[in-house]
Amino acid sequence: MSWFSNFLTSSIGRKMVMSLTGIFLILFLVVHLVGNLQLLYDDGGEKFNLYAKFMTTNPLIKTTSYLLYAFILIHAVQGWLLWRKNRQARGPQGYAVKTTKSVGTNSFAASNMGWLGTIIFIFLAIHLYQFWLQMKLGHLPMAIYDGQEVKDLYAIVSVAYENVGFVIFYVVSMIVIAFHLLHGFQSAFQTLGINHRKYTPFIKGVGKIYAILIPLGFAIIPVYMYLFH
Amino acid sequence: MKLTLKIWRQKSPKDKGRFETYQVEASPHMSFLEMLDVLNEELISKKEEPVTFEHDCREGICGTCGLVINGQPHGPNKGTATCQLHMRFYKDGDIIVIEPYRASAFPALKDLAVDRSAFDRIIQAGGYISVSTGAPQDGNAIPIEKDQAAHAFDAAACIGCGACVAACPNASAMLFVSAKVSHLALLPQGKVEARRRAQAMVKQMDAEGFGMCSNITACEVECPKEISVTNIARLNREYLSASLGSEV
Repeated sequence: MSWFSNFLTSSIGRKMVMSLTGIFLILFLVVHLVGNLQLLYDDGGEKFNLYAKFMTTNPLIKTTSYLLYAFILIHAVQGWLLWRKNRQARGPQGYAVKTTKSVGTNSFAASNMGWLGTIIFIFLAIHLYQFWLQMKLGHLPMAIYDGQEVKDLYAIVSVAYENVGFVIFYVVSMIVIAFHLLHGFQSAFQTLGINHRKYTPFIKGVGKIYAILIPLGFAIIPVYMYLFH
Repeated sequence: MKLTLKIWRQKSPKDKGRFETYQVEASPHMSFLEMLDVLNEELISKKEEPVTFEHDCREGICGTCGLVINGQPHGPNKGTATCQLHMRFYKDGDIIVIEPYRASAFPALKDLAVDRSAFDRIIQAGGYISVSTGAPQDGNAIPIEKDQAAHAFDAAACIGCGACVAACPNASAMLFVSAKVSHLALLPQGKVEARRRAQAMVKQMDAEGFGMCSNITACEVECPKEISVTNIARLNREYLSASLGSEV
């Protein structure tokens, strides 16, 4: 297996790990958003709570979720290792005048993926503690639908979004994710060697739309709940 | 035209280095290097140490004259090397900051000169084709499609100046390595050793301590030969198939 470990520890192999885990996380965001949009139903949280129960009990979803945790950690740890390696490569002496221009990508996002990723990681830690951990281990109020007792995750979500501080925190985090995606989406394909005269403009276009729409969809939820629930 | 130059001065690799400010009187017809020549003449006449900078052909093909001018390798113009930058692009009274390339794999030597032999070692690792040399063969013995030849030539235009490394926030050498891998992989003569070459050159690139490609594309912006990052995607493909595939 030395050929495989050689590949995974090479600079290009490490970048491909970032790319593949990144694409998985990109796909996860859609699923997560579609589920979360059920928070917008004005039904006291019935649809959302039943969905949350399904997501935490279905064996197929549970298996996928372990993969998801692993990929988040691999993406974060590998990203941090690459960031450190790249800093060493640049050396201690920086430029007095610094200009970094880009073609075909957002140069701010491209040059700051490490910092954007760090903010996203902190966001994730808070987000997971606030909702995911409560769902798994916390003592949630129970809601009863058709005689079935279900953990009322909707209750703690709606309480959290009564706090304007949390609403701002979520919206700002989504802007950070938008910038991370703005570069990351198309960059993942380039790293895998997919750069094609016909398809790359399409990938870049979809990436831009995706980077705006998905975080926007997430950001709407706390804002809407704060204003109207 | 009167110019103020802020130039990085460093006596030796171990010296900490600092910026020194100089005034120079230049003509708009001069090239950037000629303007530095004028400065050095003045310094020599004042019995001061002239500024060390590298240069050779002064016509944009040798890749020796890389300087970081106001934060841009090879200065502000697109697709030109420092030697092809002329003072007519500056105006009287401009302040120009001149720095050497900054990268751990390109250790500082003196003033604006850095040691770029890491690139030579990458080429030695596989940037060639193994053929018995002799009399040149007939020009049309191996038919090559025009488009294919043009792509190979675009990649072969790389002069190995290192501006890609200097421009990259990660000090990555991927544009250079990808250009060298591409120009050989695209031609039948180079295809034979393509797998071995991609692996050997990437291995050497990693060993030299260059950073990793984040697809920032600053390299393509600053490249004096306008080498495209599509070559980096090709290197990624070559490396992937070389690593996961097998010759037999």
